[in-house]
Amino acid sequence: MSGELAGNQVVIEVLYLIASVLFIFSLKWMSSPTSARHGIWAGEAGMLLAICGTLLRHGMQYQYIAIALVLGTIIGVPLGRVAMTAVPQRTALSHAFGALCVTLVGSAEFYLRSPDISPFMMSVLSLEVILGGLTFTGSLMAAGKLQEILPQRPLTYKGQNLVNFLLLGIAAVIAVYLVMHPDARSLFPFMILIALSFGVLLIIPIGGADMPTVISLLNGYAGLSAAAMGFVLDSKLLIIAGALDGSSGLILSIIMSKAMNRSFSNVLFGAFGQVQSSAAAGQEAKPVRSATPEEAAAILSAANKVVVVPGYGMAVAQAQHKVRELYDALSKRGVDVRFAIHPVAGRMPGHMNVLLAEADIPYDRLIEMEEINGDFPQTDVALVIGANDVTNPAARSDTTSPIYGMPILDVDKAHTVMVIKRSMNPGFAGIDNPLYYLDNNLMLFGDAKAFVGSIVRELSGGHG
Amino acid sequence: MASSSNLIDALFIFVLAGFIGFEVIRRVSPLLHTPLMSLTNALDAIAVVGAIVLVGEHKSTLAATLGFIAVVAATSNIVGGFLITDRMLKMFKSSRPAGKP
Repeated sequence: MSGELAGNQVVIEVLYLIASVLFIFSLKWMSSPTSARHGIWAGEAGMLLAICGTLLRHGMQYQYIAIALVLGTIIGVPLGRVAMTAVPQRTALSHAFGALCVTLVGSAEFYLRSPDISPFMMSVLSLEVILGGLTFTGSLMAAGKLQEILPQRPLTYKGQNLVNFLLLGIAAVIAVYLVMHPDARSLFPFMILIALSFGVLLIIPIGGADMPTVISLLNGYAGLSAAAMGFVLDSKLLIIAGALDGSSGLILSIIMSKAMNRSFSNVLFGAFGQVQSSAAAGQEAKPVRSATPEEAAAILSAANKVVVVPGYGMAVAQAQHKVRELYDALSKRGVDVRFAIHPVAGRMPGHMNVLLAEADIPYDRLIEMEEINGDFPQTDVALVIGANDVTNPAARSDTTSPIYGMPILDVDKAHTVMVIKRSMNPGFAGIDNPLYYLDNNLMLFGDAKAFVGSIVRELSGGHG
Repeated sequence: MASSSNLIDALFIFVLAGFIGFEVIRRVSPLLHTPLMSLTNALDAIAVVGAIVLVGEHKSTLAATLGFIAVVAATSNIVGGFLITDRMLKMFKSSRPAGKP
């Protein structure tokens, strides 16, 4: 820093520094549920300081800023109050808003500075708007699919990847041209347009089950584009916040793709749906055993240790509150009930934990896959509610299965497995689950919420 | 505009902040991955500072207009992101008595 900084410039920079430190603490405190709420306060304080610092700048006109802040708050409050089942699409939507902000600021900076832009600056600016643009439309598409405005099924066509790569290639060529000729103002909108279309095409072939990885990846892109914006504006605060967000998205993407035993490129370009439908063919009807709510209640009340495996189906059926009643009823009888959480259960990282916490199930009952898998052989009953692929033993043994190698919850090792499922139709992915034909497996056919409700009624009825 | 030595400084900051991010976020409990994502979303909306400057300085109508939309988008992320993260974290309760971390 030179000594020429004006007095309030120093104040602003110091405020930004404090904000950066608060942001890092904010994330650090997220390490445990006991300290996590301090993390929010730190984040809010940092944000407030940063915004106040910015408003201290010389020569600012405040009226439009105030209007925009109020408008943003009016939109933001309902987005902060959505139902917990809608959190995945809300998250995707906010990735879109973040990316929109970055893209717009990047575009404005280009038109303000062009043609006086150094090659390095132009490269970063291009990166900023390309990443921002594709994250904007990609996140909107993801939100649309999660909200079921758009079909969740992956849409694939021949040469899809070629088209996508060509588009990205053209955007890169335009970027390189702009780096060499930053006065070519008319080309800039085309680069943005291509980034926007690339974002749409990137998400079209992605199905619902891949959403946890894709949302994490979009989170990472949003962070990286914000960091690039920090370079353009020479704002250390933005670079730090962007780097933190980018690494968060990257780490979550790695965890998610590991939990599905797939690489990023496989998620983005793999057209997973097609492979699976061919694998599902050739299965014939095999006998399965089913049970009524009365039988299920009897088995559960005779158990000592029960592990519940929730999946996306539980969220769709809104069954989490009935599950809580089941947890209460069984706990009252002295049954040890725990929940096994697969990393990709649901539609975003940690989705199941939030839904179960909302239903007031204590978080120390929610156990991660690695931790609980060793306990299944000592478990009397594993109750699977709305989960399918994450319990499929074919992932361990059948090398021809499309999900071979994916880490699963070893529910088949429990003494008894009970699966609540609407019908024998294979789930979203279209993969048959050999679990359902095992001798220790009982199918409980019906709607998750209704069936769990009947079990609870049986349990409480039995004891008056 | 930044000079080239500033850009090198910026790169240093980016790389170091990335390392901090990696180490800090690796320790976040998987229980809290959903609130983590909504929190980083809110923090990421710090991009609002760049947009505020565009609106406040009003160097051109285009820049101010784009900046205005950007401030609205980012503010909705800040407000919505902190609100929902707080709502989620309030729900996480332990079965052990409180006060014992």
